[in-house]
Amino acid sequence: MSNKDEGRPGEGLRAITRRRFFQTAGFSACGIAAVGAAALGENFLEPRALFEPPTRFLLGAPESITPGAVYLEEAHQVYVMRFAEGFRALSAVCTHLGCITRYQPDDKCIACPCHGSRFSLDGEVLEGPAPRPLPWLRVELTASGRIAVNTAEEVALGTVFKL
Amino acid sequence: MSMLQRLTESRVWRALVRQGVSATNRNRILLVMDNVFLHLHSAKTRSRNLELSSTYFLGAISLVLFGILTLSGLLLMLYYHPSVPQAYHDMKELQFVVSNGLFLRNIHRWSAHAMVFIVFLHLLRVFYHKAYLPPREFNWVVGVILLLLTLGLSYTGYLLPWDQLAFWAVAVGTNMAEATPLIGPKLRYLLLGGNAVGENALLRFYVLHCALLPLALAMGVAVHLWRVRKDGGVQGSSGRYGSRRQVKP
Repeated sequence: MSNKDEGRPGEGLRAITRRRFFQTAGFSACGIAAVGAAALGENFLEPRALFEPPTRFLLGAPESITPGAVYLEEAHQVYVMRFAEGFRALSAVCTHLGCITRYQPDDKCIACPCHGSRFSLDGEVLEGPAPRPLPWLRVELTASGRIAVNTAEEVALGTVFKL
Repeated sequence: MSMLQRLTESRVWRALVRQGVSATNRNRILLVMDNVFLHLHSAKTRSRNLELSSTYFLGAISLVLFGILTLSGLLLMLYYHPSVPQAYHDMKELQFVVSNGLFLRNIHRWSAHAMVFIVFLHLLRVFYHKAYLPPREFNWVVGVILLLLTLGLSYTGYLLPWDQLAFWAVAVGTNMAEATPLIGPKLRYLLLGGNAVGENALLRFYVLHCALLPLALAMGVAVHLWRVRKDGGVQGSSGRYGSRRQVKP
């Protein structure tokens, strides 16, 4: 070159060989592709549409449930009860490991067949390995005068609904 | 030229059987020792380590059971659809309609139970004989992974009959997986392909049981056996026969 004072291009930078540059570029590309493939794969494994029953479901009119009744809605795994103070809905899924409990009319309690947990009709644990009481769920009256329960919407224990 | 001679000298025969029986005894024994199917043990093994009381043949029994399970499982797959509620009907059909179906299903079931039991005994045997110590520590870890894969196969197979026992066992099991710190709920969702044990869960467990886990186990077994040879062969109990130093090919 004509002007020797200018030096060679890139002289001030840390020396990097061509081989090292392509190695780094190649491994980086592979790494990015691997991360992308992993993210894509994980995303693929998560179904976006589920063919499961909706969390909100309708029952009949409030009058259709006799006072004192404990009614198990099997498809949605919810107890709907009507007592003097009002309506209540309790999840029928055992808080231990997710088995479906059964109402025992003779003992006036809810029992789980898997590991022997027993709950009162307030959802409180009476015995067994269940760590938490059965969750209480929201009960609503629709415009058309039917009972609606949403299994995704928990309310404080002891919340009774007057419909 | 006799028929036999013509056959053994044909191009096809020579392509399949590339070398005949070796001329010398040395080459003959080398042929056996170098062949993994004819000589699974390392070329040099202490004779005491080949005795029943050294290993109780637990690894070999596990391998044979895995073979039986693969074969009987392949046959069962021909009559099984992993869909709801067809899976349950197929299981019943295998029991009551398909020729020898009951036999094959029971072979598969009992071999599966036996494999879990034997693999676990294998682990205990290795532990009590201190066979996990260096230089075999890497193979111990491979072995533990194989035990976990065996349990995974046993568990995923449990759902496939789609009866009450299967359904609730998997409901309980996946709820246990949910208790994993941080990733628990996500793990359960991915395992079930949803929020409840249903069609997606059955299909996922089927794929895990019939493809993913057996492949992983087969590869793991290959590494495990390779390491046994690499680490100087099986190690029996050290002690009682410690001073005897017989070597068998």
